[in-house]
Amino acid sequence: MAIIEVRNLVKKYGHFTALDGVNLQVNQGEIYGFIGPNGAGKTTTMRVLLGILKATSGQATIFGMDAWKDAVEIHKRVAYVPGDVNLWPNLTGGEVIDLFVKLRGANNNKRRREELIERFDLDPSKKCRTYSKGNRQKVALISAFASDADLYILDEPTSGLDPLMERVFQEYVMEAKQEGKSIFLSSHILSEVERLCDKVSIIRSGKIIESGSLEELRHLTRTSVVLDTREPIDDLSKLNGVHNVEKRNNSLYFHVDSHQLNEVMQYISQFGIVKLEVAPPTLEDLFMRHYKGDGGEL
Amino acid sequence: MSKGLYINTGKLVGFILRRDRIRMPIWIISIIVFTVLIAVVIPDLYATGAERQVMAETMKNPAITVMLGPGYGLDNYTDGAMMAHFMLLFSTIATGIMGILFTTRHTREDEEDGRIEMIRSLPVGPLSPLTATFLYMTITNIVISLAVGLGLYPLGLEDMDLGGCLLYGASLGAIGVFFAALTGLFAQLTSNTRATIGYSFGFLVLAYIVRGIGDVENETLSLISPLGLILRTQVFVSNYWWPVLITLGISIIIFGISLYLNSIRDLEAGFIPTRAGKRNASRFLLSPLGLSLRLQRTTIISWTVGMFILGLSYGSILGDLEGFLDTSGIIQQMIPEVEGLSLTERFMTMLMTILSILGTIPPLMFILKLTSEEKKNRTEILLSKAVSRNQILGSYTLIAVLAVPIIQIMSILGLWFAAVFVMDDVISFNTFLKAGFVHIPAMWIMVGLAVLLIGYLPERVSLTWLYLGYAFFVVYLGDMLQLPDWLNNLSPFGHIPKVPIEEINIAKILLLVAIAILLIIAGFVGYNKRDIHG
Repeated sequence: MAIIEVRNLVKKYGHFTALDGVNLQVNQGEIYGFIGPNGAGKTTTMRVLLGILKATSGQATIFGMDAWKDAVEIHKRVAYVPGDVNLWPNLTGGEVIDLFVKLRGANNNKRRREELIERFDLDPSKKCRTYSKGNRQKVALISAFASDADLYILDEPTSGLDPLMERVFQEYVMEAKQEGKSIFLSSHILSEVERLCDKVSIIRSGKIIESGSLEELRHLTRTSVVLDTREPIDDLSKLNGVHNVEKRNNSLYFHVDSHQLNEVMQYISQFGIVKLEVAPPTLEDLFMRHYKGDGGEL
Repeated sequence: MSKGLYINTGKLVGFILRRDRIRMPIWIISIIVFTVLIAVVIPDLYATGAERQVMAETMKNPAITVMLGPGYGLDNYTDGAMMAHFMLLFSTIATGIMGILFTTRHTREDEEDGRIEMIRSLPVGPLSPLTATFLYMTITNIVISLAVGLGLYPLGLEDMDLGGCLLYGASLGAIGVFFAALTGLFAQLTSNTRATIGYSFGFLVLAYIVRGIGDVENETLSLISPLGLILRTQVFVSNYWWPVLITLGISIIIFGISLYLNSIRDLEAGFIPTRAGKRNASRFLLSPLGLSLRLQRTTIISWTVGMFILGLSYGSILGDLEGFLDTSGIIQQMIPEVEGLSLTERFMTMLMTILSILGTIPPLMFILKLTSEEKKNRTEILLSKAVSRNQILGSYTLIAVLAVPIIQIMSILGLWFAAVFVMDDVISFNTFLKAGFVHIPAMWIMVGLAVLLIGYLPERVSLTWLYLGYAFFVVYLGDMLQLPDWLNNLSPFGHIPKVPIEEINIAKILLLVAIAILLIIAGFVGYNKRDIHG
């Protein structure tokens, strides 16, 4: 079941096109990663989904309801953590958490709240003006996970957290997923996306340039190989689908197009393999390839 | 820590100049143009000596003294004396406000937003940012002093010689420097921008009130207030320089203290302690309305109390006014007799309009708080909850709309309390109440305008302040400058019946209320249609 559905979404500011026909679908129980360089349109997409910005054209629905018109109804079941959490300097963290939970219309589950505060290690009696970026983010995360939402929209939620807190965050995300909830997550921390997400979309200059499961995306890219053979291979680079051959300490380092892997393996086995390391492409490889925009260099 | 405390101060001054390359010239040019324009107009207003003497007679009115400062040189009321009496106090308040806003911007605001931290991570002395700001404000005020002085002199007005013109300019500059130094001090004492601005403006208002009471009751009291002190220059009549020098001297002392405080405190810390807060929110906070009330609690309370005090201070002169009006033959000729009404009652209407315009400031602040919330991305965070735009705008509008009658009651109470003590022939509370409440529709129109702008032109909400400033100007100086009626009619306050002189026209009042409601509705429509900016 589609929780978020975005069709041909366009958002223009005067002559500037922030979103240029974005398509997305997040299904129930899915953790959906949304990655792309700064200024690509991640936050704009999320703001349109939250009914804070009005789409120039196209469709954005959550739970089958219009993101703009039915914003209030939708938000009863949505928890949002903005990328840049700004809080009221003269309220305490605890007050803000209570306020957010209440405004979402959820009951204040005291035990859950206290547990989250403890896990995230936050002092809720301090005024927000004294919080660091990471602590402000914790306030937003605690209030998000303290309420019983069906969809979590998280905009770079861990950018200010330490690795320990990042782990806590990931646990809560996995817990939400197990409860059948959906998560729409933008992030620059690719290892996090890789660990958590079922599906990924890459956005650049307001357009989705790639999307699918990590498995599917990996097929689009290249496997990296480190190889030692008994007999030297001289013409490796002439092989179809082999790129960037480099010789270091008697080992060959190169990349292979994933769909050519079989042919390449058969060919190199004739030379007597001494050592073979094959690594699947990391999201970072994917990312770099798409961000640079040429698709040729890995 | 002791080495290089002031390194790169010069470069920071240059950097500040660049940041303010548009903002500051607008202030400087406005002040100069305004001053020169008034000076051009004044000789034509009261052309003959006899007319000026009539004016001088009105200037002895204690109500005028409270508003504009003491008249001097009234025996020979020249253009220069008139110019200084009309304009000096308000021009110095303008440079004072400028000092507060710009100093806060480059000290505590930069510090709170983390910009000073970045600057300090560079090879910059710990005291350089504060020193650079003070130098910058000094330079700016020297420019204003010279430009105003040299701008006035060529007009060749009677009694306005070069020394006098320069003294007039220097008086503006001295108050500008004083409030820059004072704000610099508050920027050290408090730990956030809001408090810095709050304390600084609080001081300015206090200085105005103390001067007002002092000018009527007790000269020494006036000398305590920097605004009262600077009026003792008696520009264009006696041309005393000592008040300017004392003001500058005190400014330097204050600046020295703030440098010391700056050197002994940590970055982003203050001296007025912040208390530990609550772990849980009270039930009262947990709604958009509760939240906006809570955020503005201090502002709401201090303005309510402030308006009561302002009412008291205006009211305290009603007794003197009574005596003055009874003895001044010329004034009695000027104000036409109205059956059954005392002169004081007639004078009261103008007082009430002024109080109402000043009383519009807090409701506007309450409603415009929403735009600063939006800029700081906090409206976005609220809208991501199950909260509608109507609820958010509604909370702020409700507070502003309800604040209007509450503020009016407070200033009327203040006025009346004081009147009971000082007047022989007390005006009834009912009359005060009517005269005050009749202004409510005009105040609501100002709130409505703000809502409209929030709905359609959120980046232009400051137009509301400009419009209010205009309304104030027309009422305050309109009669003296003999402005045409249509200028008055452009302000909503121009359409308010002058109770008790005029009858209350119910239809007109209802029409004004209807306009206010329409403005508010239109604002809501716009707010529901537009993007929320971050």
